[in-house]
Amino acid sequence: MRAAAPAAAAGATDVASPRALIAALALLAMAHPLALRAAVLPEDRADVLYHRYEGGGVTIHGPSVLVRKKMAEKYAVSANYYVDMVTSASIDVEVSGASEYKEERDQYSLGFEYLRGRTTYNLGYTHSEENDYEAGTVTFGLSQDLFGDLTTISMGFSKGEDTVRRTMRDPTTLARIVDPAFEEDVERWNYRVGVSQILTKTLIATLELEVITDEGYLNNPYRSFRYVNPADDRLFALETEVYPRTRTSNAAALNARWFMPWRAALHGGYRFYTDTWDIRADTFELGYTHPLGQNWVLEAKYRYYTQDRAEFYSDLFARRDQQNFMARDKELSTFNSHTFRVGATYQFAAGDWRFVKKSSFSLFYDRIEFDYEDYRDARYSLLPSDDPRFRPAGAEPLYSFGANVIQAFVSIWF
Amino acid sequence: MLTLLALGGCANAEPWVKPYERQALADPIMALDPHPVSSAYTHHVFEAREGARGARGGAGGGCGCN
Repeated sequence: MRAAAPAAAAGATDVASPRALIAALALLAMAHPLALRAAVLPEDRADVLYHRYEGGGVTIHGPSVLVRKKMAEKYAVSANYYVDMVTSASIDVEVSGASEYKEERDQYSLGFEYLRGRTTYNLGYTHSEENDYEAGTVTFGLSQDLFGDLTTISMGFSKGEDTVRRTMRDPTTLARIVDPAFEEDVERWNYRVGVSQILTKTLIATLELEVITDEGYLNNPYRSFRYVNPADDRLFALETEVYPRTRTSNAAALNARWFMPWRAALHGGYRFYTDTWDIRADTFELGYTHPLGQNWVLEAKYRYYTQDRAEFYSDLFARRDQQNFMARDKELSTFNSHTFRVGATYQFAAGDWRFVKKSSFSLFYDRIEFDYEDYRDARYSLLPSDDPRFRPAGAEPLYSFGANVIQAFVSIWF
Repeated sequence: MLTLLALGGCANAEPWVKPYERQALADPIMALDPHPVSSAYTHHVFEAREGARGARGGAGGGCGCN
């Protein structure tokens, strides 16, 4: 245990150790979404995307390439390459006393689908790698059409294995190296079921349930909790977080999409979430899609997310050994976020290229506002006590920040 | 198991929205996941910054229109 936050917060400090893990789960589904689709394989398609996230002192950008190809209308393969290039000087990095760091995560996914009758089977593998984290996940799923294709039921299972490492400064060269004395494992199991239902000629709804269980080293080895400094209760001291070694979560989502009388689509969704760390979350979404002429499709969306803190989260613990598990990860705090999206897709005229059936270019912009209710801006109590902006530990202003997210991508159907 | 059997027994039920009545549902703007590469990234952004995970809503897509 270190007495203070590592000066070497060079790893995934701000974006949480679950970042890589969750990313693996989230992106795993890219090639193998919970297949709420009818007994038809996806179209042959290639997408090249550039993504950029900027907010809270963090910039993450990179490409994602996704290709899907059918064979004999019975088999389909898909492949995805995804990169996150991170530059971070987030509030966590600043409070820990570390300097800005850069890192990169590369992820590869490969998927295979087989259509037999009205059943689609899929099998996939995703591998994600960064200098201090490695994750591999295998997924299996199937979907089945019923009731004259009005209903599609699906189910899926994933098993993931991660290796958590930590970087450090080489004592002699001062270069950043992987700590040879630290290596931990995580195992993950995901179980998903879903149903997609045509309700009327203009309304379709989906219901999804997902249970995820993790077991192993679930903290971020770089992150610290803070506690009242015994020598001066206006200040705080830092200590490495301690998390439980297991977590099981339950999520249920209901979504609906409605075709409007003037050729537009309205969609809404709600997700309920709860887990064994006592986090409870609700997500609401409302979106509108509007075609304009032959070539344009415009989109707007609003998303509201709110969650209650994990049972072992505290912004400021009274003592270093206050309880068995202690965390100050703002992703585990009580907060809410508002997301506003605008987007546009331009469809190019077909037939210009020999092998291209159609193609489009899309640009999406999201503005996300995060407001924390029990995560304070600890930088204020790090100021000299004679600075007029100084606030004692536990009385700093609550933290909030906004993020800008841009996605630009080209899609080609062939 | 009983549920599956029940579902199986109804598999030949008369659909109340006939295949030829699904033009609106077949419109590309009704796709549940029109841009998989983008929706996967968007979920990644949220899951990295939120405590909740799973049941991402609207993954996959389709309506049995083909």
